Amino acid sequence: MLSSLLLTLLLLSSAGYYLGRNRAFRVAGDHIRNLHSLPSFYGSYTALWCGLPALIVVAVWAMLQPGVILELVVAGLPPELRELPPDRLGLVLNDIQNLVSGNIVSSAPDPAILAAAEHYRNLQLTGHVCLWIVALLLATAGIAYGWRAISPKLRARNQVERVVTLLLIASSTVAIFTTVGIVLSVLFESIRFFHKVPLTDFLLGLQWSPQTALRADQIGSSGAFGVVPLFAGTLLISGIAMLVAVPIGLMSALYLSEYATPKLRAIAKPMLEILAGIPTVVYGFFAALTVAPLIRDTGAALGLQVASESALAAGLVMGIMIIPFVSSLSDDVINAVPQSMRDGSYALGATKSETIKRVLLPAALPGIVGSILLAVSRAIGETMIVVMAAGLSANLTANPLQAVTTVTVQIVTLLTGDQEFDSAKTLAAFALGLLLFIVTLILNIIALHVVRKYREQYE
Amino acid sequence: MNKLDDSAALPPTASRDIKTIVNAGLKRRHAAERRFRGYGLTAISLGLAFVVLMFANIIGKGYPAFWQTYIQVPVTFDPTVIDPDGRRDPKALENADYAALVRAGLRGLFPQVEGRRELRSLYGLISNNAPLTLRAQVLADPTLIGASQEIWLLASATVDTLIKGNIDRTLDESLRPVKDNELGWIDQLHASGKIQRKFNTILFSNGDSREPEQAGIRGALMGSFYTLLITLLLSFPIGVATAVYLEEFAPKNRWTDLIEVNINNLAAVPSIVFGLLGLAVFINFFGLPRSAPLVGGLVLSLMTLPVIIIAGRAALTSVPPSIREAALGMGASKLQMVGHHVLPLAMPGMLTGSIIGMARALGESAPLLMIGMVAFIVDVPRGITDPATVLPVQIYLWADLPERAFVERTSAAIMVLLGFMVLMNGLAIVLRKRFERRW
Amino acid sequence: MNTMTIEARVPLDGALNPNAREVPLSSTQITDYDHRQTVGKITVDNPKMLCREVNVYYSEKHALRQVSLDIGANEVIAFIGPSGCGKSTFLRCLNRMNDTIASCRITGQIQLDGDNIYDKNIDVVQLRARVGMVFQKPNPFPKSIYENVAYGPRIHGMVNGKAELDELVQASLERAGLIKEVEKRMDEPGTSLSGGQQQRLCIARAIAVNPEVILMDEPCSALDPIATAKIEELIDELRENYTLVIVTHSMQQAARVSQRTAYFHLGDLIEIGETDQIFTNPKHKLTEDYITGRFG
Repeated sequence: MLSSLLLTLLLLSSAGYYLGRNRAFRVAGDHIRNLHSLPSFYGSYTALWCGLPALIVVAVWAMLQPGVILELVVAGLPPELRELPPDRLGLVLNDIQNLVSGNIVSSAPDPAILAAAEHYRNLQLTGHVCLWIVALLLATAGIAYGWRAISPKLRARNQVERVVTLLLIASSTVAIFTTVGIVLSVLFESIRFFHKVPLTDFLLGLQWSPQTALRADQIGSSGAFGVVPLFAGTLLISGIAMLVAVPIGLMSALYLSEYATPKLRAIAKPMLEILAGIPTVVYGFFAALTVAPLIRDTGAALGLQVASESALAAGLVMGIMIIPFVSSLSDDVINAVPQSMRDGSYALGATKSETIKRVLLPAALPGIVGSILLAVSRAIGETMIVVMAAGLSANLTANPLQAVTTVTVQIVTLLTGDQEFDSAKTLAAFALGLLLFIVTLILNIIALHVVRKYREQYE
Repeated sequence: MNKLDDSAALPPTASRDIKTIVNAGLKRRHAAERRFRGYGLTAISLGLAFVVLMFANIIGKGYPAFWQTYIQVPVTFDPTVIDPDGRRDPKALENADYAALVRAGLRGLFPQVEGRRELRSLYGLISNNAPLTLRAQVLADPTLIGASQEIWLLASATVDTLIKGNIDRTLDESLRPVKDNELGWIDQLHASGKIQRKFNTILFSNGDSREPEQAGIRGALMGSFYTLLITLLLSFPIGVATAVYLEEFAPKNRWTDLIEVNINNLAAVPSIVFGLLGLAVFINFFGLPRSAPLVGGLVLSLMTLPVIIIAGRAALTSVPPSIREAALGMGASKLQMVGHHVLPLAMPGMLTGSIIGMARALGESAPLLMIGMVAFIVDVPRGITDPATVLPVQIYLWADLPERAFVERTSAAIMVLLGFMVLMNGLAIVLRKRFERRW
Repeated sequence: MNTMTIEARVPLDGALNPNAREVPLSSTQITDYDHRQTVGKITVDNPKMLCREVNVYYSEKHALRQVSLDIGANEVIAFIGPSGCGKSTFLRCLNRMNDTIASCRITGQIQLDGDNIYDKNIDVVQLRARVGMVFQKPNPFPKSIYENVAYGPRIHGMVNGKAELDELVQASLERAGLIKEVEKRMDEPGTSLSGGQQQRLCIARAIAVNPEVILMDEPCSALDPIATAKIEELIDELRENYTLVIVTHSMQQAARVSQRTAYFHLGDLIEIGETDQIFTNPKHKLTEDYITGRFG
């Protein structure tokens, strides 16, 4: 429906382009130099007049139509249905929408609801027809206006370029809107959550069991929403990951940039970067089905009690995932240290490792710290590995052989499956998301700042 | 300038023969050097070992999934069962009891089997989609009715697992998914050549299923395709436009600084947070359908944008200013300069960045869990608003299932996913090699 | 040829190496531009380093051809020549800094006090402790001034205890003529000094190891005239204790600080001789063209 309209508009616009261009040739008379701009700019000018206003109207219309229709349908409902409490009314509307889209509704539908569905369908049809008419009218009017406006003096190029520049500016704001969208979406739901659960309970609570009552009188109706065990678990797993990734990543970067022959470097560097390209779900699978049983069996052989979803397994595999991240960032940082530093050290008779340990690493330290912070932020936000390989129970422990859970695991568990959107349980996911966003944002800002300062030092 | 005098003479230790001093420490220092080098080499080898280990592990597990076990069953298309009134009415043929034909065929193979329980386990050798296979054959060719044919039917997952050697026959019967009587039948069929392994086309032609032998990745592949299509259509133009604006047009002020900081930060925001954004904004606020590739594509394009923008800007900065000056010097407008000269020269770099961004989007799963693309969906999606899942999420779903046959399929799906990754990254590398320009 | 101008500029104070002999080819003048045999006397009486038939290749490129010369003890020898002539390449052969370049291959002999420095038994660490180097651009480590000077003695284990190290750092900075400027700020980073001070810091760093030879690769090219004058004075003083080899693109500098000068051209050692002879009476047409400013 919408796509065919868009296609039609596109065709009309290209027609406008040719009309405008031909008109430009005609008004130019014998000398094309009489025109202010190239003929194609007059064509684009007409096409823009045709397409843009119509497109804007279509977009606004498409956004508003469902809401307006819903209002009208509610207004048309019989009074006993209209006066239902909001949540019940929502269910009724859901039924109506299901009927309209042809899904099977559970019970035999009420005649009032059937009528409402019919009403809904009619409104939808009317809306679409109106939209088509309005859009086509606007498009033709645009072509007519553009066509008439064309004269040799018309500064078509300037106007077209202004529109294009505006489009470019609009595109560049998408990034801002994304951030705003993220902040608002998690913030609003989090505020609703904090109405139900106090902020201090959330931040300082040592218990996490996100249960909410189905009935008000249920025993143990209030769950515990203390985030400390989740963060402890996240830090435990991330810590294990960093213990794996930092030494291996850093040492490989050092070896590759200072010792390796160009041939080895040409092979080993891309091989390591393969690790960065593997989807995290693959790591999760590897962790859950290969590494975790291996660790459990090894533990059992040594007489240790190892949980089958131990923090160690998830952390180890996450560490493997982060190796290329650490190594490629440190590689950049190490290569940014000027060769003259190395030469100065070698010229004094230092060995390679002395140069690395006493000159290179101290010089590169800020950059390396920045890279590690970025890697930590990445580990904290990593989801699939822990969802697949870490546990669900929120244990407050530092024992890597036990199962712990993480912030991301809980977000996924709380939001997959059918949840009512208002329960504290669902809202808690957004509060966790907010926390995660803030923590990683702070880490990223510090890290990016440190790394940039470091780069400037040697530029 | 101070003149050299006696007070500046070096202390006695330093003026000692440098040769002997250095020699004294050499052995220790070279040992330290060798140790350090060893650490480096160990680190590299560990890293590379992980790559090899993971690939070997996944390929080893997934490779058998490309073959599937079939059992040859003699089927008589008995008209009294499927077309009792003999009118060849398609509607009647569609609703006929084809399962009876399968059962009869199996009983024909093993006439000695008796008793309800025994018979039930006999019928269990064949996957429960066999009636559908027969129906399709009859509907395609009604002349089959009345004929008898040897037909290769899909074996059940247990048979398949046993044939692939993944069930320990020495285990006690009660611990084994295959009982002794079933073992006997299977061995008998095997000996008479009525069990064969064929290339697994089902894996590529079916959607998801509860039965491992009938489960395929086609639905997930199509879901990934639609999702990536949306992602590409949105993120590429917007990303290129943003890169062009920031690099070529934007004044250096606080606003553009803000955009830059934003882009760099977005590139490092955890993917799951984008999922929360998608859930709250696209689904709850705009009311777009859950589980739809449309929403998945929207979320992934927001995630891919920073990648494309950063790559695009790098490509634009690598175009030397002399080109710009030449174009402007000829009287081109700024937009013409960008459109005619700078952008075409930067395009290969931008495409490379975009392909890498798309490859990353293809492997992304966490944000899609948030917007409901984890549902169990059998049908292959046919549009951007149909409920769908994507390949990595399918892997996640299958990885949770305990059956050995699903483990195999998960690994196979991973191999397919990695295959696409290799393809896309390879394309990016080829593009870079082919069009790389050194100024 | 305007030798008069040059003669006027060269401050000849009689401090030339008394052991240097007369140049044998004094009467003949080589006018053939293609003549590539070294002109002049390559040997000295008390050599510190001997270089014979040194060739350097970068991958396929033959960067230096058949260079033979002696470096006398306690002399300052200058390498001059247009850029790309191989003078820096040759300098870097003298303490095997070219080892760090993978594609670089060296043939021939270079001896330090009779030991071939490219011999398998020679440890490059020890060699570089004996043959120090100062680079074109000052390259202090991102450490404090004190730590910069202490770096060499520390890695070589030259001192026992803090007091000895303090003394050594002090003495080295004093020799490099920097002590007055940095006495109060030993803990500040080396990079906080001015360019000229940084270069003297690098010289102090090299001296601290007490090397026998100091190589200087265009040590003043990144400095202003006043800083340059200080370094040149310093070079003259250092001659008393060390042998110095200096690469320079400034002919005036070569004339001011060195006793012998070698002229390199496109990978060949064209002419070598006592500095005043090279600048007043060059034997090879190429040398003459270069010092009179026909190219360079």
